[in-house]
Amino acid sequence: MMDVCNWDGTVSAKDFRIGALSFAQKWESLNSAFPPWSWVPCPKHSWLASHELLQEEGYLSLENICISRPNEEDIDQNSQTDPGEEETSCSEKEDDIDDATLVQSNHHELHYCDFHVVYSYTFRVPVLYLRAYCSDGRPLLLDEIEKELPACSSKELPETKWAFITQEEHPYLKRPWYKLHPCGTSEFMKLLFLGGDTAQPKLEVVLELYLLSWFSAVGQVVGLTIPCKMLNDR
Amino acid sequence: MRKALQKRMEAQKYVWEGAIPLQIHLHESQVTTLPPPPPALILAPRIGYLPLLVPLIKPHFRSTLPPGVDTIWFEYRGLPLKWYIPTGVLFDLLCAEPERPWNITVHFRGYPGNVLIPCDGEDSVKWSFINSLKEAAYIINGNCKNVMNMSQSDQLELWHSVMNGRVPVRLYVWGLSEDFDDLEDISQVDSWEKISYVNRPVEIHKEGKCFTLHDAMKNLLPEFFSDESLSDSKLAGVDFEDVQKIPSEDVSSNKVVEDRGQNAYEHREACYISSSAEIKLIRIQGIEPKLEIPFSWLVNNLLNPDHFLHICVCVKVPQ
Repeated sequence: MMDVCNWDGTVSAKDFRIGALSFAQKWESLNSAFPPWSWVPCPKHSWLASHELLQEEGYLSLENICISRPNEEDIDQNSQTDPGEEETSCSEKEDDIDDATLVQSNHHELHYCDFHVVYSYTFRVPVLYLRAYCSDGRPLLLDEIEKELPACSSKELPETKWAFITQEEHPYLKRPWYKLHPCGTSEFMKLLFLGGDTAQPKLEVVLELYLLSWFSAVGQVVGLTIPCKMLNDR
Repeated sequence: MRKALQKRMEAQKYVWEGAIPLQIHLHESQVTTLPPPPPALILAPRIGYLPLLVPLIKPHFRSTLPPGVDTIWFEYRGLPLKWYIPTGVLFDLLCAEPERPWNITVHFRGYPGNVLIPCDGEDSVKWSFINSLKEAAYIINGNCKNVMNMSQSDQLELWHSVMNGRVPVRLYVWGLSEDFDDLEDISQVDSWEKISYVNRPVEIHKEGKCFTLHDAMKNLLPEFFSDESLSDSKLAGVDFEDVQKIPSEDVSSNKVVEDRGQNAYEHREACYISSSAEIKLIRIQGIEPKLEIPFSWLVNNLLNPDHFLHICVCVKVPQ
């Protein structure tokens, strides 16, 4: 069996599938309060029913996550004295007819995001795809997404670092999605496991924990490390 | 040696200069003049992309367009055309019986944003192309760096290294449930759902037996090959039993070998579809190569500038 110090930070499609299923299970058991990740099986060919192929492909999915945070500035402008009266002062303001009102009524609109983890045969690592939209279904543009998830913005993720965002067709759903580019993933995965001075784990252990570790790094970019932090922030 | 190089340059010239005659019609909803404008006749490079033709098309229809902002997109018989797929590939895939000139429709309004990724003209195409190039570089080299700064000698090295590792391939598989004798009888592609896109490198080893197009297809679409043919010939030159014996010198390729060994084993567990499923047509750069052709010839001569081999396949599947 290959030595872990020679490992290049990548995984096979089969290891990804196995890891993804166990990741979904672990997540559900540790974070029972939060919507779980689920494995969505997908046929290799969209015109072929999936039961015909024993070898199942698919992706991990987490959907309808609210990424909106109440805007502190809006609240300060609205409230007269008592911050506890935020809600009521907003509705009062709606009766006024001026530009400020139009801006305020927008701040009630919530933004949601779907996250998919898909295996890349090119880079041999998992890749995060995301799609954001309003409560009425209108898709959000990248600059709107960056407002809610500032770590995603191009200022925070220069191309020379390990990730940046591109718009691409989802490999299975064939619709436009945003993708967190996987160019440096194998490098940081290697560092994650082999960076320290502590004794190096067995490769089987590494592969088992792969997705969990990948997610702990990548999830931070979209604020998914701890979901409650994202929903209850501020 | 020089003759071989000369032949290769000829083949590459053929690819780079290949073009598709297009007859581009303005969609009726955007015609504001009577009589309607005649279609634009354009020779489109196979290796190019449709949005790059806009500077030639727009002036032609300028006087008949409704006022407002243009969001340009193309369509063939109702199917919106994906602008990030090279023109030649779109033609090979969607025109089973090649139509010359190829009649497509241009729209200046109503961009189908739920189906097509937005296109802001030349910049979008450039960005998409560079992304593909980086992806190909990663597949061949193992890293994305320095793609844009490669010297001539580096590029030559790139060619030589390709045949002992992974080859960037983009496979477009059109699944048909009807049988046909004549390509003209095939029903039109009316939805991208009918086409599966397989973006997966082909892994090859320079070992003994010549690696053919047939071997590559078995690698990419094992579900269309019966168990017998898989067990007879080795998949990419490596048999599952041999995997254990290979010394772990080069570890990343060792992982590749293990994966292939795994894949070969998994394929024998029969994810084979059925005997009535078969590959009917394979097209690369408008050519239908014989299955026995060495895959290296295809890689050396028919790559697109993005360094991907784009392969269009038409398969018949059981109902």
